[in-house]
Order: sequence, then C-alpha cells, then structure tokens
Amino acid sequence: MRKTWSSMLLRRLLQSILVLIGVSILIFGISRMVPGDPARMALGPRTPEWAVENLRKQLNLDKPLPVQYGLWLLKMLRGDLGESLVTRRLVNDDLRDFLPATAELIVVAAIIEIIGGILLGVFAARYSQTWFDGFTRVLAYLGVATPSFVWAIIFLLIFSFAWPILPATGRLSAGIITPPRITGMIVLDGILSGNFAAAWDCLLHLILPAISLAMYGVAQSARITRASMIENMERDSVYAHAAAGVPRRVIMTKYVLKPSLIPTVSVMALDIVAMAGNAFLVEMIFNYPGLSRYGMTAMLNKDLNAIVAVILILGLCFVVVNIIVDFIVALLDPRVAHYGGV
Amino acid sequence: MANTILNVDGLHVGYRVYGGTLKVLDGIRLVMDAGEKIAVVGETGCGKTTTMKSIMGILPRQAVIRKGQINFKGRNLLTPGTEARGMRTIRPKGVSMVFQDPIAALNPVFTVGQQLSDVIKYSRGQTKQLSKQSVRDAAIEVLKLSALPDPERILTNYPFQLSGGMRQRVCIAMALSTAGDLLIADEPTTNLDVTIQDQVLRLIRNLVEEQGMSLALVTHSLGVARQMTDRIYIMYAGTMVEVAPTEGLFDKPFHPYTKGLLGSVPKLTGEGIGLGIPGRIPDYLKPPAGCRFYPRCEEALPECKDNKPELYDVGGGHRVACFLYR
Repeated sequence: MRKTWSSMLLRRLLQSILVLIGVSILIFGISRMVPGDPARMALGPRTPEWAVENLRKQLNLDKPLPVQYGLWLLKMLRGDLGESLVTRRLVNDDLRDFLPATAELIVVAAIIEIIGGILLGVFAARYSQTWFDGFTRVLAYLGVATPSFVWAIIFLLIFSFAWPILPATGRLSAGIITPPRITGMIVLDGILSGNFAAAWDCLLHLILPAISLAMYGVAQSARITRASMIENMERDSVYAHAAAGVPRRVIMTKYVLKPSLIPTVSVMALDIVAMAGNAFLVEMIFNYPGLSRYGMTAMLNKDLNAIVAVILILGLCFVVVNIIVDFIVALLDPRVAHYGGV
Repeated sequence: MANTILNVDGLHVGYRVYGGTLKVLDGIRLVMDAGEKIAVVGETGCGKTTTMKSIMGILPRQAVIRKGQINFKGRNLLTPGTEARGMRTIRPKGVSMVFQDPIAALNPVFTVGQQLSDVIKYSRGQTKQLSKQSVRDAAIEVLKLSALPDPERILTNYPFQLSGGMRQRVCIAMALSTAGDLLIADEPTTNLDVTIQDQVLRLIRNLVEEQGMSLALVTHSLGVARQMTDRIYIMYAGTMVEVAPTEGLFDKPFHPYTKGLLGSVPKLTGEGIGLGIPGRIPDYLKPPAGCRFYPRCEEALPECKDNKPELYDVGGGHRVACFLYR
C-alpha cells in the first residue's frame, strides 16, 4: 500500500534522532577515552596541579563517563554546548561564526557539483566516443585522483598569482563593509540587506575554494551520470519512443535523464556531506574561517566540547541530506515511493 | 494483393565490436504486400530483431548498414553515409513495433499516460498542434482498442503496477497509436505465460485485420507462425533460407534447416523431444564463406562451402536458398 509522504517523513525523523543519539554517545565516549588530559592541554605544562584539578572539576572530568554524558546531554537539550577550551568562548558562539561560512562554501561547491557533474555526464553520454567524451574521461580521472588541497594550490597559483582575476584568501576583501548578520552567510546577507557589493565580493572569494572542493564530486558524478545515461539509452523503451517519432532531444532530456539521475543523486549526496570534512585543508589554504578548520583545531587540542559539537553538526547534516536524497529518489523513482522504500 | 509495401533487398548489417565487425545480416531479402501477414522464424541470434530494427531505423549505435535497400511504400529508407559508419536510415512513417519484453519496452519511471501522450503528440502532432484533451482521448481510445479495462486509471499507472499481459497490451496500444500500415511484432508473447500469449496473439491478429495493416511477426514458434500468418520466412544466421506460404511450408519443407527446425518442435502427444539440429550458429566475426548453414548441414554438397546459394523457386510461391533445389 502506498504510504503518505508525511508518514514517511515522520518515520525518517524518528530514525534520525536515534542515529544522532548514537553518534553523540560514540563521539562523547571516544573523545574522552583518547589519551591526553584536556585540562592540562588547555592550561599548558607550567600551570600548577591545583589549577588543573580545578578545571577538571569544572569540566566534570572527575565524574564517571555516563554521568558526564548525562550532564552534557541535559545542557545540550537546553541548547548549551559548553565552552571551548581553545577559544575560551561558548561553543554556540563559535558555531554561530564558523558554521555559516562553511555552509556557504559547501552550498556553492554542491551547486557546482550538481550542475557540472550532470551536464558533463549528459553531454559525454550524448556524444560518447567523441573528443568530448575523451575530454571528460581525462577530467574525471584527474578529478578523482587529485586531492582537493592540490587543486586548491593549483587554482591559487593560476587564478590568483599568475593571472590574478580572483581573490586568494579570506571571505571578504579589505574595504568591503560586512553586511549586518542575518544568516551569517555573507552572500545571502548581502543580498537580503541590499549590499550587493559585499555579496558579489564574497561570491568571488568562494569560487576557488568551492571549485577545489567540488572537483572530486564533479568527476565522480559525471562518470556515474554518463554510465547510467548510456545504459538507459540502450533500453527498448528508448527505441520504442524513437520509433514512434519522439524527438531525440525529448528522449534524452526526459526519458533517459530521469532514470539516470537516480544513482547520481545518491552518490552526490554522499560527496556533498563528505565535503564538510574535506574542507579542512581547503579552508586552511584559502585562510577561510570555516567550521572544518575550527573542528580540526579542536581535535588537535583535545577541545572536548568543540569536538563533540562539530561532529554532531556533521552528523546532523548527514542525516538531513540523506532524508532529502531519499525523497528526491522517491520522486524520481515511483517504485521506491510505492513500496515505501523511503 | 500485388501491392508491395515493404521490400528489403540484399540487406547487410554488422555490429562493430572489439576485434572486428560481427557480420550478422548477410543479404536479407524480404517482401511484403499490403495487408499481408508474415512471420520471420529462426533461432535466437539469427538476426530477426536486427532486420526489424533496420526497417524501423532504430539500430543501436554499434550497428553498421553496409549494403542493401529498404523500400517502404516506394520510398528508399537508406541513404548513403560515410564508409565507416555505413548507410543512414530514414525513420519510416507508418511502421510501428511491439517489442519482445514489455518490461523493457516501457520506461519504468514515467506513467503510461505520460509515455502514451508523448508518442501520440509527436507521431501525429507534427502537422498540427494537438490539444491536451485530444491527446488524452486518443490515448484512451487506443487503450480501449487493446482491450484494456478502465483506461483512465491505466493512464495514471506506472508500468510496474500492471501485470505482464497488461503491459504488453499497453505496448500494443502504443504501437497502434502511431497508426501505421505495418505492424512489426518482435516476439510479442515470448515473455508471457501461455494463456496470456493466446489472448495477446488474438488481439494482435484482430487489430491488424480491423485496421487493415500488414503484420510482420517475429517468433521462435512455428506453431504461432502457422496460426497467425499467410507466409513464413525462415531465417538462419543472417540469411533467409526458405520462404513459403504458411501451409506450403508445413506440407513440404525443403531446406535442411527448416526440416530440422520442424523436427525440433516438442510434441504435445508425448513422443519425446525431437532430434534438433546439432551444432550452433556460426561465429559472426568469421562466418562461413558459402552457405552459412553448411557446417551444420547433413546434406551438404561440395559447392556449399564456398558459394552462397540464391533463393531458388520450387513452385507454389515457395523458394529455398539451397543448392539441392537448383
């Protein structure tokens, strides 16, 4: 029996909450079991032992692990993620600053991946065994084989140094007034507050890091789109429609493209979520104040609250993106929707 | 009945593969009169579907038409192309095709209605713009013609929501909607169970007769061919080996392959499984230079090895490609 969309959504949300609780227990446990004393690391080697002991008490590190988790969970449910030992600020405030920057970066990279991957894949399939197909094949191998930080350096050298048409680092050029904070994403805030100069400037800053980040995904999704397009082009249904006089353009963009997108969408979603982790080196190279860089610094310093918060945010993104993907797949493939596959 | 609508002459079609070209069709000749029902019978891989796809102009990209002519209603469908890619085909108007596998022949992610309306829109609407309502009416009409109950509901169904027999009826409806002079049915019942097979075959025969179409039925089954058609073409390894009026073929088969084929049919009377034909179809990369059946033929003559037999007339509209009947 066909299930309604809302009941599917409800089921998926409940599942997601369970997943997130699992993730939080796991990361909470692991971060505290790794050797190294966070209090000592935060205060430095020369601090007297009584001060370190005080901080331990303050962080509840002297209590058993389940109690620590319970206390953390109670605070978290009230919306308080604790204090960062590195920045000495509330993790909530740090996230408020760094999350939108990375979100903005990933959204632009995701748009590049979706448009670039599908377009390259479709045209490579349409013109398979021609020079264009060969070109995308080489591009795809390069894209998959080269890590994003290498692309970052290459792009920096070409477009900021040898032929300086794009800004190299940061989110905004000097002299541009930051628009008032609405979402924290400067492009969006700039547009919302009418400060188009800032929006444009921020977008220019995003291009190189976003392309570096998207290269892998573009390559992978182009290959998958091409392969499934070609597979679907050989179906009898395509011949049947062609024989009936349906123009090739309609067949390709409608009857071949729709089923071909099903595998592509699933792979793209994983790529896009993985970008949040891969963004670390790219954010470093472009000196971009993002969440990946923040999270990595936290890990190197055993900044417990920050680590748990960042991982939870990534887990949340993963869960949300997966729900969205399942719904897109159900929209594309009526069999999935019918059998309640979502 | 002398009004020829389809004339395939000397058709050579190959497939480019790694390591060479599969020379599948080797001088196919096939002539159909208006209103005639023919069957093309042969074992799997002998080029039946390739022949039909050549006529429809829907060969896959690896295919190369090397030589030959296809005339449909006096119009040559083949135009010279580049040497490597072979001749190009013009898609004929008025020919429609029912495919072997109704699961593959319908797009799984579009409703029957979406697919049928596109087919109707583009096959009829080139000269005049059709309104949505008239497309829908036409779709319902062909579904009704194909004996599908509740056509309005079927329009909103996806193929996976229909049974095998209903899917094949939808395919027949789609073929009917392009309103042709010739219906090609490529093993339309191979994937259906026996009771449904009979219904679908009856449907096809009735529709063809009502609409005054010609029918080219591709089948493995001599029984189906006998029930449905006026004339039978026996195909072997890309060649036509025997052409005869249906009853003439069963009364007196000439070609050794045809005899073997008739001997292979399992009898319902329980006389056991027939002898069959030893061996298998030749390698299309290096087919025999002479008669393609020569390596498997028990009555082979010395000249069969290097010479291709033509179709020799043995009387009564019966023609055989075999040196035994020169």
